[in-house]
Parts: sequence; structure tokens; C-alpha cells
Amino acid sequence: MTAEKLTVRDLDVFVRRDARPLVRGVSFDVEPGSSFGFVGETSSGKSLTCRAVISLLPAGLQASGDIRYGSRRLSGLTLRELSAVRGRTISMIFQDPLAALNPMMRVGDAIVQVLRAHGGPDRRAATEAAVELLERVGIDDAARRARLHPHEFSGGMRQRVAIAMALAARPSLLIADEPTSALDVVVQAGILDLLDRLRREDGMSLILVSHDFGVISAACDQLAVMYAGQVVEQGPASQVLSKPAHPYTAGLLASLPQPGQSRALVPIPGSVPDPGEIGAGCAFAPRCHLAQEACRSEPVPLFDVAPGRTSRCLRWTDVYRQEAPGGPDEGRHAVVE
Amino acid sequence: MSSDAPGQPVLECRDLTKQYHHRPAHGVRPAVLDVSISLARGECLGILGESGSGKTTLVRCLSMLERPTAGSVRLAGGEFSSLRGRELRQIRRRVQVVFQDPYASLNPRQSIGSALTEVIHVHKLLPDGAIPGQVASLLDQVGIPPGWAGRYPSELSGGGRQRVSIARALAAQPDVLLADEAVSALDASVQAQVLNLLRDLREQTGLSMIFVSHNVHVLQYLAQRTAVMFGGRVVEEAAAQPPPDWLHPYTRELLAAVPVVGQPLPQARTAGTSARGGLGLTGCPYRDRCPLRLDRCEQQDPELAAVAEAHLVACHAVAAQPAKGPAS
Repeated sequence: MTAEKLTVRDLDVFVRRDARPLVRGVSFDVEPGSSFGFVGETSSGKSLTCRAVISLLPAGLQASGDIRYGSRRLSGLTLRELSAVRGRTISMIFQDPLAALNPMMRVGDAIVQVLRAHGGPDRRAATEAAVELLERVGIDDAARRARLHPHEFSGGMRQRVAIAMALAARPSLLIADEPTSALDVVVQAGILDLLDRLRREDGMSLILVSHDFGVISAACDQLAVMYAGQVVEQGPASQVLSKPAHPYTAGLLASLPQPGQSRALVPIPGSVPDPGEIGAGCAFAPRCHLAQEACRSEPVPLFDVAPGRTSRCLRWTDVYRQEAPGGPDEGRHAVVE
Repeated sequence: MSSDAPGQPVLECRDLTKQYHHRPAHGVRPAVLDVSISLARGECLGILGESGSGKTTLVRCLSMLERPTAGSVRLAGGEFSSLRGRELRQIRRRVQVVFQDPYASLNPRQSIGSALTEVIHVHKLLPDGAIPGQVASLLDQVGIPPGWAGRYPSELSGGGRQRVSIARALAAQPDVLLADEAVSALDASVQAQVLNLLRDLREQTGLSMIFVSHNVHVLQYLAQRTAVMFGGRVVEEAAAQPPPDWLHPYTRELLAAVPVVGQPLPQARTAGTSARGGLGLTGCPYRDRCPLRLDRCEQQDPELAAVAEAHLVACHAVAAQPAKGPAS
């Protein structure tokens, strides 16, 4: 299936019981065959945003907003209509591959099950297709390994199996929620390389969620930085990371140890707020060194920074100007001492 | 306890081995095999490794939470691994551990002030009357308002809890702080706060510290010296300054795999054996994945050997290369 454009407009996710908002007004597009990254810390809403795309929200949460894939509207589909989309058009993988795999089932059979559920070939052909899929995701000796159970694989190999399962029905958009966070860096590099290869070979689109700027930088064309349920900055990954236009993005970059780091890191003071304690104004204001009265009193809209780039900051020009062009090390310090 | 001679390492282990499966005949590789490291007073030693490399087992042995199968652990010159009972409890105070998960390492039903008080009281470090003042000063030292002593862990963020874990470790007035992935569970913006706190503590109070991490950049920031572990062995060890030219093929693979903002991801090789190393007791644990593999690597486990000042590498292939000039 060829990829289409995913369009999300004004997505809100809230707790059904008390209408407490967890994701507020998120809009983004994923162009066919491109990769889009969501980066943010705990409870920034990055995972919920992605889950909302295929209506996989945890019980008790509800989404509103307009979600379209090509000409098709995804928001407001019935369960039956959704099951035609999930897996076949849009598929998702998670941080913990064990949760996606049935411990009692041989991995090959699990993939066969997916193939046949989506009206695939007969059992024999499906078994062959499963072995091919395992080979494709980089599992050596796939014919033998297809007969093993999930516990017989290492963490990285399990994630490869989970990816093979997610790809079985040939989706055109893959959503990967922290797919490498539980893995060692060497294994992580292999998985990111695999995702990139699948995207290039099949023209598949990718949404990648991560807390790691390095991962997003290496794997994504576009990115959105999320904080407390909102997108605070959005645009081409290379531009945002080399010249941020939001104090949160700039602050996060300055707080990460970089190769050859010897200068003191500049942490962001305080910690991420609970969804319940966010005031009317900018959610980042209590931790922001640029915050002024106007930031606290009313909601801050997204400002256009450059073509295709937005920032939710009244003082974005101050951040944008501070960050000198050049390596991250040049730019990183405007705020030091 | 022997007296503390100048220049003597504050904590060291010699040929430390920890075998969890008690039948070596099965060919199960020990979690840690013949590791020798030493920590100078006031130094921060980094231990870098992936899951299964043996870094946590090493920390558990160094803190005597785990008894080594063979080898010795010495604290300020005094043998530590053979102690039992009361003597062991007394000496354990002097090596404190900060664990990865601050949610699991604090008692949810004990206020943070009471957690610190308990440590000082149990070890009889101060008369009871002086304890509240000490608790306040410890909290202040880790950047928590002393007025929060009555709060419970659930009222703190992850970073706040990790600060409390550090304060609790410091309350015991340890000679050495062992931090096992102490910032890995924290959000990026908060991680830097805790890293700076540890760095300041070392610079200001001369705290000796072993910091275990899978994150090479974190170690570069904090440690004066880093030991790289693979398959239960230290495969390379080098001082942080001047920035070392890492030579072991595993260290190089690890460094190349770390994604860096603004740089494309390097081509990954399909993964081979995990950091646990291949099975079998002999030979280099890294040989199955190694691009430089020689015949000798099959039979003989390479020993750490100096390649430059303050730089040791355990690799037959590196040892066989012609020595580099001092300029490198």
C-alpha cells in the first residue's frame, strides 16, 4: 500500500471523568514516506498523541479533533471500521516488545496469524512469508528461529520480531513509541537503521516517539517538541536542533552532555508539572528564564518562525537570536554564567 | 581498620570474580571475571557498559551486597570481602550506593527527614540532639529546602527523590559513593541537575565516587577515569584528560552507536552476541563480534596492558599493532 498524507488538527486528549486535558490542540502533518518525530519528557503527551491517531488510548481517556489519512477520516470510526485500518494501513510498535508478543506462541506462528487475519495467503504460503519477514528485519537463520518462542530471543531480536509482526499486513504508516528505549545503544543503532531502510525501500511513513534528541535527530525529517501536553516547537529536525526557537528546546539541548563536554551543564530548574497544576498561561513559564508577566496570564499561541517552523513562545525571537549558528557547542551557551 | 596512608586507593578490588552458577564445568561465564580496579581518594571513576556486561554485579561486590566468588575488596587498605556480621555492617556504612530507580529505593511511608535521621541514628554518628541540624544541612547540600523534611517521597518528583537518595547515602558519612545508573531513570532536564550536584559534591567535599552508566557522554562529563566493561571483564581503561583515543574495538563500536544531535546515525552492524560475551571460559569475550579478531583470541583472554600513560587495553589485536607515537 502506498503511503498517504496524515493530517491531524486540533487534537485534544482528556480524562473522560473530569475533562482534565492531557494533550491540547496538537496539529501536525506527516508527508508520505517521511519521518516525523515527537520528543519530550515524561507526561508531555507524546505517546498519547500517537495512540490517539489509531484510537489506542488507555481506558478512561477520550480524544477529540480531526484526524485524516489521505482522504479518509480516522477520528470517529467505529471499532469495526478501525480494525480495517489498524495493522493494514497504520501499525504501531511499543517500547516493550514482550508485551506485543504472546509468550506461548512461536514467533513464526504469531506472524502467520497476523497475515491470515488480514485475509492473507493459505497457511503454507503464510509460513514462508513469515520467514521472509523475519529475514527482512535482520534475523539470521530465520527458518529455524521462526519456530522459537519469544523468551528465546534477546531484547533487540524481540523488537525485530515485533517490527516484523507490525509490518506483516504491509502498513503504509508505522508508529513507533520509544522502540529503542529499553535497548543497548549498539542494538538501538541496528533498529533505527532497520526502520530507516524499511522507510526507504517501501516508501512507508514513520512516526517516532522518543525522549532522546540524538535518536530523533538521526531518524526524523520533521519533529515536534512537546511539553505538558502541547507542542511547543515544530519544524524540520535539523533546523530546530541547530537553532531552537523555544527556551524549552534550547534548555534541553543545553542540559544534555555532548561529546567532549567539559563546561558545566545548564540544567532547567524545577521539574515537569502535573497535568493538574498547569495554569492559564505558558506551561513552561515557571521554569523559564525568559518568562515575563504576559507569559503567565494567557495562553500562548504558536508563532511562525520560518517557513514550516513554529514556536509557542512570546519571546521566541530572543531565543532564536541567542543561538549562534554553527555547532551546538557554540550556540549552547548564551545562558552560561 | 588500617590507617589511611596517603596515595593509597580508597577502594580497590583485585582479581574479583563473581560466579552465579556454581558449576564452572558447565562453561557458564562468570558475571565478573578477574577484575581489578582502584579508586583514588577524591576521584570519580566511571564504569561504562551495556546490559549484561557485569557492571552492576561489580558494584554489588564492591559494596558487599554480594559476596565475590574469588578475589579481594579493600577499603582504605583494609580487607573487606572476608568480613561477616557486625564488622561487615560497620564497614558497609563506609561504602554507600545510590540506585537507578529513586521510586523503588525510598520507603513510601517514611518521611524524607526520618529516612535521613534513621541512617545517622543507626550508625550512631551524632548525638540525637544534633541530628535534626545535620538532616537540614544534608537536604540543603543536595538542593532540597530543609523545610521539606516532613514530606514523603510521593510528594517529590523523580529528580527530587534521587537527591534524597544521595542525601541519605551522604548521611552515613561514606568514604565512597557508588552510583549505579543514578540518572538513567530521570528526565533529561532533571538529569543535568543531578549530574551537576554530584560533580559539585566531588569538587567541594572531595567525595570519592564510582559512577556506573551505559551513557558515554554522562561519564565523559563526570569521571576522571573510565573503565569499559564487556563480558564481565574490563576491556579498556583510560583517563578522561586529555580525551583518550579509544582503541578497543568494542569501545569503538559503542561510541559509534551513540546517536548525537546533528549527526547521522552510523551504519549499524547486525548485532551479534550481547555484552554478556560468548559462552565458554577461555578466549576474549568480544571475539564473536570483533572485526579485528585473531586466532589467539579464541584460546586466550587478553590481559589489560598499558598502551599509553594512564591508558590500558585488553586486546590481542591492539597489542599486535605497532606502538603509536606519544603525540597521538
